[in-house]
Amino acid sequence: MTTTLQAPAASAGPHPPTPPRASRRPAGRRGRRTRPVGGLVGSTALWIYAIGALIPLLLMVSNSFRSTSSLYSDPLGAPWPINFDSYRNAWTVGHFGEYFTNSLLVTIGAVTLSTVVSTMAAYALARCRSRIFTILESVFISGLMLPIHLAILPIFYLLDGFGLVDSRLGLMLVYAASGVPFSIFVLTVFFRQLPPELEEAAKIDGANSWVMFWRIMVPLVRPAVATVVVFRFVPIWNDFLFPLVLLRTREKYTVPVGLTTFFGEYSTDWSSLFAGLVIATLPLIVLFLLATKQIVAGLTAGMSK
Amino acid sequence: MFVAPALLLFGVFVLYPMGSALSYAFFSWQGTSRGAFVGFENFVALFTQEPFTTQLPRAFGHNIAFFVGTMLIQNTLGLGIAVLLHRRARTRRMLQTLYAMPYLVSPIVIGYLWTLLLSPTFGPVNALLRQVGLKSWALPWLGDPTTALWVVVLVSAWQWVGFPVLLYGAALGGVPEELSEAALVDGASHWQTFRSIVFPLLVPAIGTVSILTFIFAMEAFALPYALGGSTGNPAGATDFISLLFYRTAFENGSTNAIGSSSAIATLLFVVIFGGAVVATKVLRRHQVRVGA
Repeated sequence: MTTTLQAPAASAGPHPPTPPRASRRPAGRRGRRTRPVGGLVGSTALWIYAIGALIPLLLMVSNSFRSTSSLYSDPLGAPWPINFDSYRNAWTVGHFGEYFTNSLLVTIGAVTLSTVVSTMAAYALARCRSRIFTILESVFISGLMLPIHLAILPIFYLLDGFGLVDSRLGLMLVYAASGVPFSIFVLTVFFRQLPPELEEAAKIDGANSWVMFWRIMVPLVRPAVATVVVFRFVPIWNDFLFPLVLLRTREKYTVPVGLTTFFGEYSTDWSSLFAGLVIATLPLIVLFLLATKQIVAGLTAGMSK
Repeated sequence: MFVAPALLLFGVFVLYPMGSALSYAFFSWQGTSRGAFVGFENFVALFTQEPFTTQLPRAFGHNIAFFVGTMLIQNTLGLGIAVLLHRRARTRRMLQTLYAMPYLVSPIVIGYLWTLLLSPTFGPVNALLRQVGLKSWALPWLGDPTTALWVVVLVSAWQWVGFPVLLYGAALGGVPEELSEAALVDGASHWQTFRSIVFPLLVPAIGTVSILTFIFAMEAFALPYALGGSTGNPAGATDFISLLFYRTAFENGSTNAIGSSSAIATLLFVVIFGGAVVATKVLRRHQVRVGA
């Protein structure tokens, strides 16, 4: 899944994700005078489709607040009176409390690690013009095209060799590594846009390259870092195959694998099943509301030509 | 050195396993210990031995059907929506955001959600169909081998339609307004303008979306797993290559499980990579032709 989203970047070549949008402004403003396609009928169709797209998700939330018996007797009923038993049940009896903590731990750890190492690498790749760095950059970028899930067996034995099978740390390292190509791709483009005069000035003022990197360069690419963080969070939180294969004990399960266990064991407690689905989705909805801009920027990275 | 940590992480956990994944396929395996080099024997076995001779072509057919189905539904609908959204400056961002919601959700959650919504006993979908008088349509959609695969296609299309909307939206923004305005002034109809001026300029974006959809369709795992389990229920009707790979590697217990499953993985890798490379070449040639 992750490679699916990242591949266009590789094929489209390094184009800055946001700036072209700004340069296109004048054309857009002029275009506003021309009528939109479809008129009122078009607008209505768009809104109807938007509602259609959201109804399944709304049903998920509304059904999670109903009891299983009312779901059975009236499948189309309203969530009234609100019933929180399903959440209590899923969180404690269904172990979602543990799964949720594990997922947060693994996801935050992996995103942090991969963002830190990628930011450093991207800075060096953007600044050094030597042959070896060009080759290194293409090696990293080629990773955008690799279907990493197909390497699940060697990864399993590799982690086994380190004693990291059935370990949250092992899972975290795999995720961190798989995020490196995308993060480097986005960040290199941003570092290239910063004028080299900045560093020259800092050097004259006596800053060494380590201080200069953290104090001056990183703050300047903060928007790109935000895009990378948000955009890596989603696929890692959602990933299913790696924890399914690499984790063995229930105490270490992440939410997606926990869900399959839960659906196997409590297949008749429908209301709690809906609650489990909502719990698995909640952090993404929070993230989405906080960072819509970064998500859109990440999805169209390299496409904005 | 600033690059060293990233290179170490990437080399150890991505490049090295990717390389060994391909090499695993050329050895015979006794459980987890590697035996002799056997060349293409594992690949030959995929085409001559059961269960692969029945399951591999069937699963591959489903992957292809999944690709064609999502191309037709998701990407056509996506292009249509993007065209309608274009120039609606005020509502565009809002609507794009709404369309994007489903694809943030994990495919595994989406899959389980639809098994609940389509449940024959309490599913709201069939309840609604009965309510509006379409009683004969209230079927066990996921339990019937003739409809199950199409449920997978439709659910996936519903989840991902916002993605082509965004990409086509960005591409439409790049088409100079002057071109279509000039055509309209010259007396071309809206449809003619779209077909002969805007559409050819969208071809690169359509190509990119097609390549991504292809890779996505070939790798499909979590959604079919949630909808039909690891065996592709009912009766293998929703079996996909990656499910077959998973079963071969971790569930079937044959001594050469690693050899066989790595051969499947290698084959899938070749199909994905080959498909993407060919499509990119074709696209380049087209771009040269139209001078874009």
